[in-house]
Amino acid sequence: MAKTLFDKIWDAHVVSGREGFPDTLYIDTHFIHEVTSPQAFDGLRKRGIPVFRPAQTVATTDHNVPTLNQHLPIKEELSRRQIDMLSTNCQEFGIELFGLGHPYQGIVHVMGPELGITLPGSTIVCGDSHTSTHGAFGAIAFGIGTSQVELVLATQCLLQQKPKRMKIEVNGQLGVGVSAKDIILYIISQLSAAGGTGYFVEYAGNAIQNLSMEGRMTICNMSIEMGARGGLIAPDETTFKYIKGRKFAPKGADWDKALAYWKTLYSDVDALFDKILRFNAADITPMITYGTNPGMGMGIDELIPLAATQEVGEQASHQKALNYMGLKEGTPLLNKPIDYVFIGSCTNSRIEDLREVARLVKGRHKADQVTVWIVPGSKMVQQQAITEGLDKIFEAAGFELREPGCSACLGMNEDKIPAGKYCVSTSNRNFEGRQGPDSRTFLVSPLTAVATAITGKITDVRSLLS
Amino acid sequence: MATKIFKNLVSKMVPLAIENIDTDQIIPARFLKATTREGFGENLFRDWRYDTHGQPKYDFVLNQDVYSGSILVAGKNFGCGSSREHAAWALLDYGFEVVISSFFADIFKGNALNNGLLPVQVSDGFLDRLFHEVSKNAGLKLEVDLQEQFVRIAGTSTMEYFEINPYKKACLLNGYDDIDYVLSQRDLIESYERKKYLSKNL
Ligand code: SF4
Repeated sequence: MAKTLFDKIWDAHVVSGREGFPDTLYIDTHFIHEVTSPQAFDGLRKRGIPVFRPAQTVATTDHNVPTLNQHLPIKEELSRRQIDMLSTNCQEFGIELFGLGHPYQGIVHVMGPELGITLPGSTIVCGDSHTSTHGAFGAIAFGIGTSQVELVLATQCLLQQKPKRMKIEVNGQLGVGVSAKDIILYIISQLSAAGGTGYFVEYAGNAIQNLSMEGRMTICNMSIEMGARGGLIAPDETTFKYIKGRKFAPKGADWDKALAYWKTLYSDVDALFDKILRFNAADITPMITYGTNPGMGMGIDELIPLAATQEVGEQASHQKALNYMGLKEGTPLLNKPIDYVFIGSCTNSRIEDLREVARLVKGRHKADQVTVWIVPGSKMVQQQAITEGLDKIFEAAGFELREPGCSACLGMNEDKIPAGKYCVSTSNRNFEGRQGPDSRTFLVSPLTAVATAITGKITDVRSLLS
Repeated sequence: MATKIFKNLVSKMVPLAIENIDTDQIIPARFLKATTREGFGENLFRDWRYDTHGQPKYDFVLNQDVYSGSILVAGKNFGCGSSREHAAWALLDYGFEVVISSFFADIFKGNALNNGLLPVQVSDGFLDRLFHEVSKNAGLKLEVDLQEQFVRIAGTSTMEYFEINPYKKACLLNGYDDIDYVLSQRDLIESYERKKYLSKNL
């Protein structure tokens, strides 16, 4: 029977399943971090059981680490304790930790792929909703809660109801200044923040295939922002080339065997999806969000939609979001003055993002009133940026290159946007207070972020490129 | 290890007629530094409940004495965003046992069920009806029956059936736990691993 890519991987991981019960799904790779794991380890201790397959779990510290002076002890006590607890837990249960100071430390969804831990055809979970990022390699990857983290630690399995399958095809040529981030912001704006709930999405079409691995990760990363459990992309030569030679990727004969298997991973032509959506790449322009969920997005040169054009049930939320943002319906966002620019997060903090930022800002300088933070996704990204001299370009532009972590993406450490201030951000969530209490976030691509940093006002990057 | 057993209940409701309530609102990230499951109720809906000086905002339902009870009624797409289970812990710690909405985000729903917090999905029409009735009479009580899978405005015939996965229902009613269930499949897991290793589809 013809199968989708998702079904091929899922079916290959079902340990047991029976009518009325969720499937017991085998998990190949489990990532953990300091915030959603301590209670899971506590659970194991209470039950008096070990981690079942410690070699299949990898830990890092990212959500709650400082992004300045990482070599010094963490000042804030609660944060220090949380990070120390991860070390203690990893030591006690025999789990490899890429903690602070380790050359592989980084945001879990940046670190896994760049080390070759993320592989096609595998099942990957983490106590973090953006685990969908790893789907870019043709893996089933999704976020789980802490009880499930405990379940995976205890059994290397999860109980899961099989989700429905959706295919989203994007075909055609992307315009100048339009990148992967714009594609996904566009898709979410079309589907709404709940439009993908209950589905696992496969992204296809030539506009997706033409993307680099970094671009594909940006797309899959934000699947959760339309409610989807995850998103994936069939692996191809771009994927294989990216993985080959990475630290933990298969080598020699193992590589050949793995590759032969990976080449079978695609949706059969007549495979059935529960829903198929098609978009034209040429319709997509640089995007920006105006509201307080990622579905509230528009082309950067458009006007903020009128409440009256929203569905009846949504009108109050629309108005509430605009009040929070201090914006008015029917007005443009272009040329709106900005206070902060944040370039980072598991959506856009990879070396390719930093190169793109450097290319555009080289020979230019940020506007005086704007604070610009670049937070690399990992220690390896930071090192690479320095090796390539990107740090010098950032410095000359007045951009501050910090140390790796989640940082202002969620404002858990001290990297917060002050109340009432506007931040143009390459991250993935613009929820109320996400970047700090009462902060106001506009989600954009790295290119739009740079253009805005240079002028100090929301800027259409195409005006700098032509 | 048993989890909390869910018992049928009759309770007043707290109406929160806002859509797309994300887990960053339920419990903001800066309160996720604790390493235990307790005490998150204090910071439930923190930035909606208190201003930046820590003073209660009286336009928010949790600060209005007329509303109380262990049932939260919320607008559609409740619990979207981050996977933090702290959101379910915060709701439980505050005293909620049931959340009613016309739509739940997947991860939140799973997290709630794993902690004995019952997410009840009702139709848009029924949800509107609840908001409407509660706005007229804050003392109104709702009956939640998990065994029979319905919710009913107490003393009336206004009711709706809801769906729940039969496995999860059994877990809630009996306090069963996923880990015990999967641990009991250890032989199956190990034979799966052997097969997988032999086929080298690692
Ligand atoms: S960068 Fe942001 S979205 Fe990504 S894992 Fe960290 S907190 Fe979550």
